[in-house]
Amino acid sequence: MLSMVSQGKTRIALALFAGLLVAGCASKKDGLPDNAAGLGLGGANGLGGAGNVTPGSPQDFTVNVGDRIFFETDSTEITATGQQTLQRQAQWLRQNSQYPITIEGHADERGTREYNLALGARRASATRDYLAQLGVPANRMRTISYGKERPVAVCDDISCWSQNRRAVTVLGGPSS
Amino acid sequence: MHEIFKGLCVAILIIVAGFAATTPARAVVELDITQGNVQPLPIAISDFQSQDGLGKKISDVVSADLKRSGLFAPIDPSAFIQKGLGPDVSPNFQDWTVINAQALVVGRVSPEADGRLRVEFRLWDVFAGQQLDGQQFYTNPDNWRRVGHIIADAIYERVTGEKGYFDSRVVFVSESGDKANRVKRLAIMDQDGANVRYLTDGRDLVLTPRFSPNRQEVTYMSFGNGEPRVYLLQLETGQREIVGNFPGMTFAPRFSPDGQKVIMSLQQNGNANIYAMDLRSRATTRLTSTSAIDTSPSYSPDGTRIVFESDRGGRQQLYTMGADGSNQQRISFGDGSYSTPVWSPRGDLIAFTKQSGGQFQIGIMRPDGSGERILTSGFHNEGPTWAPNGRVLMFFRDQKGGGGPQLYSIDLTGYNEQKVPTSGYASDPAWSPLLD
Repeated sequence: MLSMVSQGKTRIALALFAGLLVAGCASKKDGLPDNAAGLGLGGANGLGGAGNVTPGSPQDFTVNVGDRIFFETDSTEITATGQQTLQRQAQWLRQNSQYPITIEGHADERGTREYNLALGARRASATRDYLAQLGVPANRMRTISYGKERPVAVCDDISCWSQNRRAVTVLGGPSS
Repeated sequence: MHEIFKGLCVAILIIVAGFAATTPARAVVELDITQGNVQPLPIAISDFQSQDGLGKKISDVVSADLKRSGLFAPIDPSAFIQKGLGPDVSPNFQDWTVINAQALVVGRVSPEADGRLRVEFRLWDVFAGQQLDGQQFYTNPDNWRRVGHIIADAIYERVTGEKGYFDSRVVFVSESGDKANRVKRLAIMDQDGANVRYLTDGRDLVLTPRFSPNRQEVTYMSFGNGEPRVYLLQLETGQREIVGNFPGMTFAPRFSPDGQKVIMSLQQNGNANIYAMDLRSRATTRLTSTSAIDTSPSYSPDGTRIVFESDRGGRQQLYTMGADGSNQQRISFGDGSYSTPVWSPRGDLIAFTKQSGGQFQIGIMRPDGSGERILTSGFHNEGPTWAPNGRVLMFFRDQKGGGGPQLYSIDLTGYNEQKVPTSGYASDPAWSPLLD
């Protein structure tokens, strides 16, 4: 019994430590996205990242394809990098047609609340339309805007704001 | 649910009568608040008499309201010479002029046989040696703070010539938790931050609550399950419903001044347009038709016009139109972008958020766009709402590195900025009309 208790404590401690690592990542200011998916590197060069991720799984999509694209301030134009990510997404989504898709649009905090709701919706729509052009059926995709309500990076400068201006392709329902 | 809302029912307060001498022909005490920076009026507020401590608590509410308005300077009671003065005797005015009081407030709280309280007060003009006002109220003891606010409003109106705003409430979004995953709850409080009640439990993300003119309903936006929508919440029953059957996200709701309509934005693909819905017939009317983002609509107090923001010209700017959508014209032309316009209850001004030079500002302009003035500027100020008398604005502010938003108020002169006390982070304030 005693050893089980202490094992439980160790697990909690590890979980806390992992949480701290994640929190540390969230506030880093190197201008890079705060998760592997945002980097989209694994999928881009086909090297690394795959590890023991099951091909065709949601994890595969997030880690190896890249589930999000980023926007310039007040813009809904899909950047060259964003286009590459969406091309990988479209290919993967066509091959794995069992997933319903929700595209979440987000804005950074440097705008007013109501405008940002509309701006997030515009970004989600632009992303959906681009994926539809690449052959992902429009009726598989729904969009939702969170405006500035769900930032992923929470510092008070541009390194965070640029990560929050995003559209995230979520397999299944909305993530939050 | 009923418990939460019971206290919100309009209190039963009966103004029995002005008693004794009322308005004198000439009062010495008056404050011209049409000028920019007003010298606050020194006023002595004697602790109201009572058998328990309730009299003092009520006069403390009166004193705090008047002080926060920036127009009155309550004198420290330790300086009073004539102590314990009640409403039945004429003051020794010499004792009050010597401490530089220009006005004097005295009062008394006494229990009635039926369990109610009787609250009386008198307002004296110290230099003229005349009574300016005298009233008494009967009320449920639970409403003691409201009696204080009503007395403060009476004093404010008698001295400034303008209606007060203290007997009013604010609906807002109470925020807690991580910035990346904030829990947001609708909450309602008195304008001074007292008597906070929560209207939602925090499970659903809620934004932009707005009062109906009868103060019995709130319209707001909630994410709930599925599509984010505009909702209507009945404060007394807690009943809520989705407003309209729209084919997309609805947001940025506000009531019409008669309370019969809700005006809001509907998002369809990349565009947001403005719609009005009649709450009785449920008929909807489309008011704008652009491929832009048209949002944050707000009616003029006579209900004939609407101000809103649109990025149809590139950046967010303010536009006005008729209540039927006619004659849309841009009114903001300054350097920057303008959003969240809200029409003053007096009709003479429009308050807004302006982004310029990396700063977020709160400003005002006339409905034709002239006379723009910035009242406050900083890292992030957003979402002004007018006090019912159109003299004070409340808004929310995020300070750089400050963790979360807080509520502030400021006079339309740009003076007297005050933090509004809330227990945690708070945003999206909306001021109620005066209660009655």
